[in-house]
Amino acid sequence: MSNLLDILQETTDPDPSKLANILGLSEEEVRAQVQELRSDGSLLGWVPLIHPSRKESDEVRAVIEVKISPEREGGFDRLAQRISKFDEVEACHLMSGAYDLLVIVQGKNLHAVATFVSERLSTIEGVLSTATHFLLRSYKEHGHLLSKEGGNSEMPPVSA
Amino acid sequence: MNADDYIADHVKSLPRSGIRDFFAIVSEMPQAISLGIGEPDFITPWKIREASIFALEKGKTSYTDNRGLLSLRREISTYVASFFGAEYDPQSEILVTVGVSEAIDVALRALLNPGDKVLYHEPCYVSYAPSVTLAHGQAIPVGTSPEDAFSLDPEAFEKAWQPGCKILLLNFPTNPTGGTADRTKLERLAKFAVEKDLIVISDEIYAELTYEGEHVGIASLPGMQERTILLHGFSKGFAMTGFRVGFACGPDWLIDAMMKIHQYCMMCAPILSQEAATEALRNGTEQVVKMREQYHKRRDFLVRRFNEMGLACHSPRGSFYAFPRVRDFGLSEIDFCHRLLREQEVAVVPGSAFGAHGQGHVRASFSTSYEKLVEAADRIERFVKNLSVESIEEAVV
Repeated sequence: MSNLLDILQETTDPDPSKLANILGLSEEEVRAQVQELRSDGSLLGWVPLIHPSRKESDEVRAVIEVKISPEREGGFDRLAQRISKFDEVEACHLMSGAYDLLVIVQGKNLHAVATFVSERLSTIEGVLSTATHFLLRSYKEHGHLLSKEGGNSEMPPVSA
Repeated sequence: MNADDYIADHVKSLPRSGIRDFFAIVSEMPQAISLGIGEPDFITPWKIREASIFALEKGKTSYTDNRGLLSLRREISTYVASFFGAEYDPQSEILVTVGVSEAIDVALRALLNPGDKVLYHEPCYVSYAPSVTLAHGQAIPVGTSPEDAFSLDPEAFEKAWQPGCKILLLNFPTNPTGGTADRTKLERLAKFAVEKDLIVISDEIYAELTYEGEHVGIASLPGMQERTILLHGFSKGFAMTGFRVGFACGPDWLIDAMMKIHQYCMMCAPILSQEAATEALRNGTEQVVKMREQYHKRRDFLVRRFNEMGLACHSPRGSFYAFPRVRDFGLSEIDFCHRLLREQEVAVVPGSAFGAHGQGHVRASFSTSYEKLVEAADRIERFVKNLSVESIEEAVV
């Protein structure tokens, strides 16, 4: 993995001038590397990770187990890609086990998600069944604990 | 009461730690960015913490065997054989201690008669010379050189030898310089130790944090295991400073002697820490590699920035400290640290806190986040530029 990708995963600030400082490169070189990573598909983008309690209050997320019929050519791919294209779908994964797709959906309220499932998702030809589970509370997101660890607050500022 | 009438002479004569003085000033400045810490900024990996919690839930709150939990000593034996290349019997050749600091104290007390001499390299960890003094020995510093990245210099040890020398006290990789010891130099030093019939106490606490080359344990060299006490612990590599657990490996007659002191003054290391340490060796080594990779990148950044701004700094091959030279600016390292703290609110530690051979340098820890390192480096650069302007103005006047 490139040094830049390494640093991007650690830093909270993707400002090219700061990245250039850390890597010992010029800003232009960092911009060129970022562009290259985007073009070759390594870097998909970045999103701010916001604490769920700071989001709009009615916003809900649901995890949906979806059973679909595989097709002779392409298996699950065509349907999975079709489902993934909806704006409401945050993530979509093909799973082993009792169902085929795990779809994570986000909506501005319960009604919006219910409407998406009943009117859009389950009516697609090839979707055999859905089971929707609403998220009640989150404890960890993308590797970040949502409650702060006490950690090193008592660490002495200077030690041997 | 007059304290001087009561305090033992050898304690009275001990100098105060330079670190302690500096700590008092930095504590008054909560906004300062500190590159002064001598410990990992990572929290102990959860798996390790969880093992300690589980042990507590299970009611493991007793003393352990004085030597430490046998399960832990077995894990230590396996780990040391694979990482340090020397095999020790968990029953008789391993002692679990309260950090490496206790192990150093116990080893010195077990070996030194009053007046026996200990050769050690400087700059070094702050406790070495005081620990020798407290064991009624005589500490003989041997300088390491910035031109050689403060690495082991066997010739300097040979020159410094004098009748009455009994112990070589080593710490590679070194706090505060990041100096290391390669195989060739260690072999020469080992030959010297055999010739002069010296016991080697080798504090290898930073062994996992070696960035260039492999770490060579001196006990793995032919003929050395019988005269070496290998000291290691969990504080640095496994980020477990607060658990206070370390260990000593050595010949059974040496471990037995150390055990006598340990059982009377310490009884045993805390059981919850020993449980955590057992988990660290069983399942925590992957985390150590991840942390080392982070330190490595931070080191490259900080050393490059120091050299760019005119602070000559060798690249430390181990540990998490950079040790740049500051004497070129016409300030003592103590003045440099005080003014840097006052004018730019960055704390680094004067090199002289680690012995006279550290004069003219400061220790800056890169055990902190990139955000803080970037900001600290920018502030130090501003400070150094001002110093340069001052010295030019003085020259003109």
